[in-house]
Amino acid sequence: MQFGIFTVGDVTPDPTTGRTPTEHERIKAMVAIAQKAEEVGLDVFATGEHHNPPFVPSSPTTMLGWIAARTENIVLSTSTTLITTNDPVKIAEDFAMLQHLADGRVDLMMGRGNTGPVYPWFGKDIRQGINLAVENYALLYRLWREDVVTWEGKFRTPLQSFTSTPRPLDGVPPFVWHGSIRSPEIAEQAAYYGDGFFHNNIFWPADHTKQMVELYRSRYAHYGHGTPEQAIVGLGGQVFMRRNSQDAVREFRPYFDNAPVYGHGPSLEDFTRQTPLTVGTPEQVVEKTLSFRDYAGDYQRQLFLVDHAGLPLKTVLEQIDMLGEEVVPVLREEFAKGRPAGVPEAPTHAARVAAATAGSGAAAGAGAGVGAGSGAVAGKEVAAS
Amino acid sequence: MKLVVVSAGLSVPSSTRLLGDRLAAAVVGRVPATAPAEVEVVELRDLAVAIAHHLTSGFPGPELGAALDAVAAADGLIVVTPVFSASYSGLFKSFFDVLDRDALAGKPVLIAATGGSARHSLVLEHAMRPLFAYLRAVVVPTAVYAASEDWGAEGLAERTGRAAGELAALMGALTVAGTGAGTGAARGAADGPVPGARRDGSVRVGGLEVTPFAEQLAALRPE
Repeated sequence: MQFGIFTVGDVTPDPTTGRTPTEHERIKAMVAIAQKAEEVGLDVFATGEHHNPPFVPSSPTTMLGWIAARTENIVLSTSTTLITTNDPVKIAEDFAMLQHLADGRVDLMMGRGNTGPVYPWFGKDIRQGINLAVENYALLYRLWREDVVTWEGKFRTPLQSFTSTPRPLDGVPPFVWHGSIRSPEIAEQAAYYGDGFFHNNIFWPADHTKQMVELYRSRYAHYGHGTPEQAIVGLGGQVFMRRNSQDAVREFRPYFDNAPVYGHGPSLEDFTRQTPLTVGTPEQVVEKTLSFRDYAGDYQRQLFLVDHAGLPLKTVLEQIDMLGEEVVPVLREEFAKGRPAGVPEAPTHAARVAAATAGSGAAAGAGAGVGAGSGAVAGKEVAAS
Repeated sequence: MKLVVVSAGLSVPSSTRLLGDRLAAAVVGRVPATAPAEVEVVELRDLAVAIAHHLTSGFPGPELGAALDAVAAADGLIVVTPVFSASYSGLFKSFFDVLDRDALAGKPVLIAATGGSARHSLVLEHAMRPLFAYLRAVVVPTAVYAASEDWGAEGLAERTGRAAGELAALMGALTVAGTGAGTGAARGAADGPVPGARRDGSVRVGGLEVTPFAEQLAALRPE
C-alpha cells in the first residue's frame, strides 16, 4: 500500500497572523513539502491543477519535473489533471516526457475540475463536462498505446497519422487514476478501463464514499479486470496532529473556522464526526485511517491533505514528519494484517513493466494494476506494447 | 403510503404547522382504506442551522439527511410556508435548494401558505406553483391559503377538503401505477450493492445509477 501527500495549492491567509504568502513563497513551499515527503519515506506526492487565483499550480508537469530532479524514490502524481479542459494530446506528451525524466516515478489522476469559468476560459462548454472527460480520455488512452493514431471526435481537431512523442517509458503508459467525488459516470469510466479510482473522501460523509467505491469495484469486475477486491482504490484524508489531542484542536480551530472550503459552517467537532478530517494525536489519525478500510475495502493508496487552511510551512513540515515517523509505519503494518492474498499492491512503473513483459492473457489481478490481460481494453494494451 | 408534511412555520405554536396538520388529517381521511397513509412532519425550524451548514459544507448533517430522505421517499407531500416579503420564506426555499434536484420528480404535492391577510394569497400561484413545477412535481390544482381571518371564517374547511381529496386521489393512483411509491422505494433502498440492469439500460449499484460506459462512448462517435 502507498501513502502520500496531496496538495491543492491554494494561497490562503494564515488566520492567526493575517499574513498571506506570496505566490512565489507558496510554490516554493509546495516543492519543500514534496521533498520532505520523500525525506520521511512517504510514497507519493500529488499536486492539484488550477487556473485561477488563489491557486498557484497551473503547470503541474513543470513543478513535478523540478521535484523529480531532486528526489529518488517518491512517485509524482496529480490531484487532479483536468481531462476536460486540457488538450489530451498535450497531456500525453507532457506526462510521457515527465515519465522519462523521472525514470517512471509518475502516475496521474484525471479530474473534471470544480471551477465553472475554467471551461469557457479554455474554450469549452461546462455542460459537456462528462462527455469531455469521456472523449478526451479515450483519445489519451490510444495516444499512449498506439504509435500512430488517426482519430476524429466531437471536441477536438481530428488527427491524421499522429504520433505522440516521446513514447511512454518502456512502452508502458503512466498508471491512471480517475478522481470523482460525486459522479458515478467517472467511477464507471475507471472500471471500464481497469484504471484506478480515487475518492478524495474529505468533504463528504463516509457512506457517500462507500457507495462510489462499491460502484467502481462492482463495475471493475463486470468489465472482466478481476474480482471487486482486485480493483485499484485510492482515498484522501485530511489531518492535523499534535502529541496531545487538546493541543491539536486548540491550534487547528482558528484554521478550521476560517478555512475557504469548510469554514464558517459546521463546528470542528461536527465536521470531524461526519467526515474523515482528524484533528488529534498520531494514534487517533492511525485509528481513523484504518477505519476507512471498513467502508472502502482493502485499498492501494492513501493520500493526506496537510497543507490546508493557510497553515504555515513550518507546521506543515512538522505534520509530514509525524506522518513519516509515527503514522505511516503503523499504518503499513496494520493494513498488511488480514489483507487477503488476492488484493493487489499499488501500481508502480516497475511492476507494470514486469507484467507487460510477462506476456498477455495471464492471471487477472497480477498485482500490477493493469487489469492484466482480460477484457478487450487490456487486450489492446498488450497488442500495442 | 407515506405522507410527509414540510412546515416552514417559525413560531411555536405556528399557524403554518396548524394548516399542515389539518391538511394531513384531511388526506389521511381520504386515502383508500387498503392503503392507509402514515404521516411524518418535517419542521424546518428545527433544521434551520443544519440547512445553513449544508449550504456552506455541501453535505447534510444526520438530522437534515434523514429529513431529505423522508421527503424523497414520500408518496405524497404537503408543503406549507408563511408568506415573507411577497413570497415563500427563505428557510422554505433553502430546504428545497439543498434537496436532490430529482427528488420530487413525479411526486404529488399539495402547496399551502399562511399570512396575515388574504391579500397575499396569490403567492401560491405566482411563487409556490412555479417552484414545484421547476422541481417536476405534480402539484394538485387546489392550493390552500389561510389568512389570520380564515381561522374564524367559513371556506377554509371546504378548500382543505378539496385539496386533500385531490392529493389522496393522486397518491392512490400513482401508488397503484407503481411510479409514485416505486420512486420512493428505489431511492430509499441504499443498502448493499444490488447490480442489475434497469429498464432504461442504466445500471444500479447500491444507491447509485450509471449508464454503461460503452453507451456513453458510443453517443460521442461522430456520424
